[in-house]
Order: sequence, then structure tokens, then C-alpha cells
Amino acid sequence: MNNIPLIDCEHVSCTYGNAPVVDDVYLQINRGEFVGIVGPSGSGKTTLLNAIMGSHPVAHGSITLQPHLTIGYVPQVETVDWYFPVTVEEVIAMTRTKTSWWPRITTSERSAIRDVLGQLGIADVAHRHIRELSGGQQQRVFLARAMFSQPDILIMDEPTSGVDVRTRHEILHLLADLHEKGLTILLTTHDLNGLAAHLPRLVCFNKKVIADGNPRQVLTPQVLEQTYGAPMEVLEHGGMPLVVDHGRVAMRGEGK
Amino acid sequence: MILAFNLMEPYGFQFFRHGLVVATIAGALCGLLGVFVVLRGMSYIGHGLSHAVFGGAAASAVLRINFFLGAGVWGIISGLLIARVARRRVLGADAAIGVVTTASFALGLALMNRYGQAGKSIEAVLFGSVLGVQMVDIYAVSGVALLGLAVVVLGYRRLLFSTFDRDVAQVSGVNVSAVEAGLLAMLSLTILVTMRVIGTLLISALLVIPAASARMTTNSFARMLWVSPMIGASTCFVGMNLSYFLDTSASATIILLDALVFVVVYAVAGTRNRMKMASLGHI
Repeated sequence: MNNIPLIDCEHVSCTYGNAPVVDDVYLQINRGEFVGIVGPSGSGKTTLLNAIMGSHPVAHGSITLQPHLTIGYVPQVETVDWYFPVTVEEVIAMTRTKTSWWPRITTSERSAIRDVLGQLGIADVAHRHIRELSGGQQQRVFLARAMFSQPDILIMDEPTSGVDVRTRHEILHLLADLHEKGLTILLTTHDLNGLAAHLPRLVCFNKKVIADGNPRQVLTPQVLEQTYGAPMEVLEHGGMPLVVDHGRVAMRGEGK
Repeated sequence: MILAFNLMEPYGFQFFRHGLVVATIAGALCGLLGVFVVLRGMSYIGHGLSHAVFGGAAASAVLRINFFLGAGVWGIISGLLIARVARRRVLGADAAIGVVTTASFALGLALMNRYGQAGKSIEAVLFGSVLGVQMVDIYAVSGVALLGLAVVVLGYRRLLFSTFDRDVAQVSGVNVSAVEAGLLAMLSLTILVTMRVIGTLLISALLVIPAASARMTTNSFARMLWVSPMIGASTCFVGMNLSYFLDTSASATIILLDALVFVVVYAVAGTRNRMKMASLGHI
């Protein structure tokens, strides 16, 4: 079973109406990997995730999930209704729809919720309303909700979108810890320097897979231009690739 | 003693006792389902469905079909039709509701004008009347209230999950479409058994105002689910009694009382929330 990939996409294509958004994608995610998919807005990253999770139809090709695969999904925090009347505890418990129909949170569930919140360093926020939390705490709550089902793989859509630098660091360290403990992680991001460059495996994506490998292999000017459709420079900083957007450099030049 | 005797005066009339029971249970039921209506941003759907059920009520009167059967089936079909049209992304849910329900309402009006005893009967359906409430109405509203309670208790987590985070709920294995269809069917049934007392035009207020008031009193979904029915039931109970002494329409008095509760809660909660947010300034 361990040799079988958790997720196996073979020649996958997806469309919105007649417009292709994912085109002939071949991608395998194996147990224990930490994979980031990078690409510009509208490149089909989220559609590919949705297709993997079964919420977007596959037009051509096939996606095979390992039997009994449990997915923990963390959506973009920007899509969350922060005014919704739920406490942190309620957010996490609501996912137990198959094993419990009883509305009240049971003692064992409460204990399990405390455990998962404790693992993520936010044990004291269980009874707080979600809007009363800081950006980092909010992201951790949704991570805790995904972890509550003890998933085989964690899928995250733009986990650092709309968060400040400190929160981004917190999230990156947290994910690295979870990966070290054996969790498989697949995420999308447009944050090349803050997140993507730190991941062990990176997939550059724009409707199709442009490049797949470690950041040093894929973060090259050629691959980035093909992915983003604009010239980019790659420098080295502290032993890691640092992507510089030519547009910004040009604007700075004009300013002078 | 005289005051107590006066307060008990309306209870001497059977129509009042029946109307009071139906209104109080209906208030609790609308308060319960109203939580989902408000949190899902479906406030206009209650308004639309009540108009659609009016079309069914008129059609069942003309075709001499049982009111509950005819209007109930009509309401459920309208609800499912709205859900189906709204899923096609070309049209938004608001446009779907506008098309389906106003057409149904217009059909009801036309049928009552052409074949029914227009005038008083239309007025009773539009604005509600306690005079025509019978035992069958009490059984109907009690049955739907018990069904609504069972649906909310047994489907609590699915309802909460799909209301809070539709996409993730779907990914996590919740049949979101079935949950939404079930909710619309329950709303149609609720409107059906409530419309004789509250009336088509004012019923949506009973679905929205208690839940909106409850929302401002708590940040917990579970607590909102019992605060909202309490507000709905108590305003219906007090409103019915007030309407007898003030000689005003029962439905109008109930809705005005609900609106008053909303204003008071809004004022109190606004001050409290401002103080709370100020204390969270460090985050």
C-alpha cells in the first residue's frame, strides 16, 4: 500500500464551460511528501485541488486516490465568514458528521479538540469566537479542523494569502513541523519567496505542469517566464533561490 | 383581580385559544428555521416562498383539493425549482426567486379573481386571520414543528457545516444539495402551516426578525438555535394577546413586537459589542 501514490493524476483535464482550465496534467503525490503548486492567478491551481477532492468534474483523464484516503482540507481564509456565530470548538466539531449525529459536543470530542488545538499551540482559544482571534490563530483553527479527522494528506489552498509576514513565518514553521511528524502536505501558493522556495518539492503550474522538482531545479528564469508569462530574475540569497519580478525592477528604474 | 380577569377575557373564545396555540408554535418554528435563513443569507427566500405558497393555496381552492396537500406540494416544488434555477450560475438566487415566486403569486391572484371569492378571502390569506383557525391547523403546525425539530437535531452538524462552509462540507462528504433541498422543503411546509394566522405578506418577517435579534445576543450557533425560537414564540404569544386588547391585526401586532425586540437588542448589543471590540484592540 505504501508504494501506491496517495494521489495519482493521469492526463487530467478540467473545463469551465468550454474553456480549459486544467490541461493534460500528470502529477503523483506520495506519502510523506510536502508539495507546493505555484502559478499565477487563474492558472487552474484551485481547480486542480477541487478535482482531486472530487468537487470539480474531470473532463478527461483520471484521478486515482489511495483507497480509504482521508483528506483534510484548509480553504483560503479569505473565503471564511468571520461574522458567523461559531466558536473555535464548534468549527472543529462540525466536521464529525459521519461518526456523530448528536448536536452537543461530547466529552471525548472536547478532549480530542483540546489535543489538536494543543498540538498547534492554541489550546486556550476553544471557547472564543473565530473573529476574536489573530490572523495566525485563525489559520491554525482551520488547520486544526482539517487535522481533527486525522487525515492522510493535508490539502491547503493559498495558506499564506492575505496574512502578514509574522503569520506567514508561523504557518511555514507549523507546516514544516507537521511534515516532519510524517504528514503529507499539498498546497497551492503564489508566494514564491516567502513559502514556495522553502518547500522540498515544487510544481510550477499554468493550466499544465511546466516543471516539477526541488526549488533549485524549477525556480529558473526560463520556467518562471513560461509559468507567469513575464520575465523574472532568480538570485541566490542565503543558499536559497530568490525570485525578483522584472516589472518591479523596471518600475524602480523609472522612479530614478 | 379585575385586571387578571380582563387579561383572561380573550381565552373565553375558542378561536382565540386556537389562534394563540398556532401562532406560538409557529413563532417557535419560524424562529428555529429562521436561524438558517438568516445565516445563509436567504432572507428573500422566505418572502418568495410565502408568495409561491399563496399561488398553491389559490390553485388548491379552485381545484377543490385539500389546502395543505395542494399548497404544500406547490410550495415544495417551488422551493426545489428555486434551488435548481439558482444552481445555474447564469442567474443568481435572487433572480431565480423573483421569477418563480412572483409568477406563482400572480397566478394565485388571477385564479382567486377569476374563480374564487376574491376580496375577503384574499385579504385573509395575505394578512392572516385568527378567525378561521381550526383544530386541523393546530395538528398541522404541531406536526411540522416536531418534524422541524427532528430535522435540526438529527441533521445538526450537517446543517451547521454546510451553512458555515458549503464547499468544505461538500469535500468532507456532506450531501450539500440534499441538505439545501431539505431545508427549502421544511421552509415551504412551515410557511404553509403558518400562513393562515400570520398571512403571506408578513410571514417572512417572522422567519427573519427573531433570528436576526438572536444573532445579536450570542456568538454561538447552538445558543442562537434556542434563543431565536424563544423570541419567536414569546413575541407571537404576547402579540396575540395585545392584538385582542388593542383591536389590531394579530399578524401586524406580532411583527411590530418582533421589530421592537430587534430595535432594543440592536441598541443593547451595539453598545456591548463596541465595548468588547475595544477590549480586543491588542489583537
